[in-house]
Amino acid sequence: MAIGVKVLQRPERQVSYVRATLKGMALTFKHMLEKKVTMQYPEQKSTDQDHGMGTYSLSPRWRGTHRMLTDEQGRSKCVACGLCPQICPANCIKLVPGEDEQGNRYPLIYEIDEFRCIFCGYCQEVCPEEAIHVGAHFENSEYSRGRFVYDLERLQSQTHAVSTLWDPSDPAGE
Amino acid sequence: MTPELKGYLLLSTIKMLVVFTIIMIGVALLTLMERKVSAWMQNRHGPNRVGWAGLLQPAADGVKNILKEETLPALANRWLFTIAPALSFIPALLLSAVIPFAAPLPVDFDVTLGPLGRFVHHGPMPMVVADLPVGFLFVLAVSSLGVYGIALAGWSSNSKYALLGGLRASAQMVSYEVAMGLSLIPVLLLSGDVSFSAIVAKQQAGIWYVMPLFLSFFIFTVAGFAETNRLPFDLPEAESELITGYHTEYSAMKFSFFFIAEYANVVTVCAMITTLFFGGWDIPFTDWDRSGGVLPTLATWLFFFLKVLFWVFFVMWIRWTLPRFRYDQLMSLGWKVMMPLALAYIMVMCTAIYLIEGVLGVRSPVLGSLILFALNLGIAILVFGVLDSGVFIRGSGARQKTPPARGAPAAVVG
Repeated sequence: MAIGVKVLQRPERQVSYVRATLKGMALTFKHMLEKKVTMQYPEQKSTDQDHGMGTYSLSPRWRGTHRMLTDEQGRSKCVACGLCPQICPANCIKLVPGEDEQGNRYPLIYEIDEFRCIFCGYCQEVCPEEAIHVGAHFENSEYSRGRFVYDLERLQSQTHAVSTLWDPSDPAGE
Repeated sequence: MTPELKGYLLLSTIKMLVVFTIIMIGVALLTLMERKVSAWMQNRHGPNRVGWAGLLQPAADGVKNILKEETLPALANRWLFTIAPALSFIPALLLSAVIPFAAPLPVDFDVTLGPLGRFVHHGPMPMVVADLPVGFLFVLAVSSLGVYGIALAGWSSNSKYALLGGLRASAQMVSYEVAMGLSLIPVLLLSGDVSFSAIVAKQQAGIWYVMPLFLSFFIFTVAGFAETNRLPFDLPEAESELITGYHTEYSAMKFSFFFIAEYANVVTVCAMITTLFFGGWDIPFTDWDRSGGVLPTLATWLFFFLKVLFWVFFVMWIRWTLPRFRYDQLMSLGWKVMMPLALAYIMVMCTAIYLIEGVLGVRSPVLGSLILFALNLGIAILVFGVLDSGVFIRGSGARQKTPPARGAPAAVVG
């Protein structure tokens, strides 16, 4: 034999056809009566409200479109330190820092190009002020490509939950 | 034209329109039912977006199929390619004409419709488009015409997949046609008539034929699955091997026609099973359904509908349970199991009926049927036991009793 062809020895005595058919039919019928598992998407949505514990919830580590958190006065928490554009592997964050009369730094321009973003979450990890976050969010349709560059106002106005970047029930990631 | 003939023609036309409409709507809804049943068996919801619970899905599919582009393969035989869908579609619809779907309805009218003249009808109107005296012979003849559509579709497409599908379809349908025809001979023996109305009447007087002729029912059902190309015998379509077999090259409404034909065939086979073995429109344990009148007609129609619906569900149930047969298994099941079984069964039934009616002198159809039922129970246990043990159909590894000796030609491996 030139090529080693593996011939499976099939069982000859313990085979069953009629019984197996009936068994299979009973199984499929049983499945008809069971609960349906499909999520009815536009009515039911994956959320992070229950932190990965619900039937259709997102993972607590889900990294979606960004949010910029604000302080009590409604100003952005960002101090324009420049760490996030520095660490961003996709180079999608554009930051122009400014400074007010008290010497506080703030972003003049803060833009994230969501098309370039690879949603690694490094910006959230590196941020010393816990200002920029990736969010538990996935519905991002737009009618033009330009709308995918999120400016500061838009990043601040979004309200979806932010990612924890780790699983609260397993902080060490084990 | 006499007024009676005109009345008959008028009623026939109405029945034709009604049956055609019901079949077409029913077939459309069956596509939805198939998708729903398959979804439920896989713990899904199935289509539920178009209309309430997805009921308008067939309409959406229809609109889509009408609006799609009709394609014609470059080297296809244009004439045959165009006519093939119609060839498989027409026999499928033709069959629905001969199946009685309700108790006869007494219709009496004597009207004059302007220039058309006088229309007269008196007495019961059989609820069947054409109450043919040749009955199921007509069904056997016409259903075998359906293979032309499929074989020609496969041939004219100029595609290897379509050709293989067409070849398989013709071989398969011819093979199972034999078993199907033979399995109906015991029905003929017991009823003494091939007309559907007479068979239904006989079953009403006695017992549903599924009991005294269980094996006939089994063979007919299996052959019916093969005739309609439904799983586990869907080798002509076999999407994993042949893309979609004979209708690979078809698009838009032509493809739809094959689809409609398949479901119309399923309805016909289920209606045949119901009529031949489950009493047709008979409501068991009561004579009220034969009393005549509008209410019994409606009730029997509903009952017939439910029975057919159950068998349609059964067909889908099987489809989503069993995997496809291998081609040689299909052929050996058809020729080595089903046909000899049907022939042997005819002999056994002939002898049994002769003994019961001629020698024992049993005249009551119920008692005779019960004796036959006891006999059938034994035969069924025997047959299913043999089938179950896998003597006739088995895996490829089991075909070779002994492994090839060392140094034997490599070609034997397989």
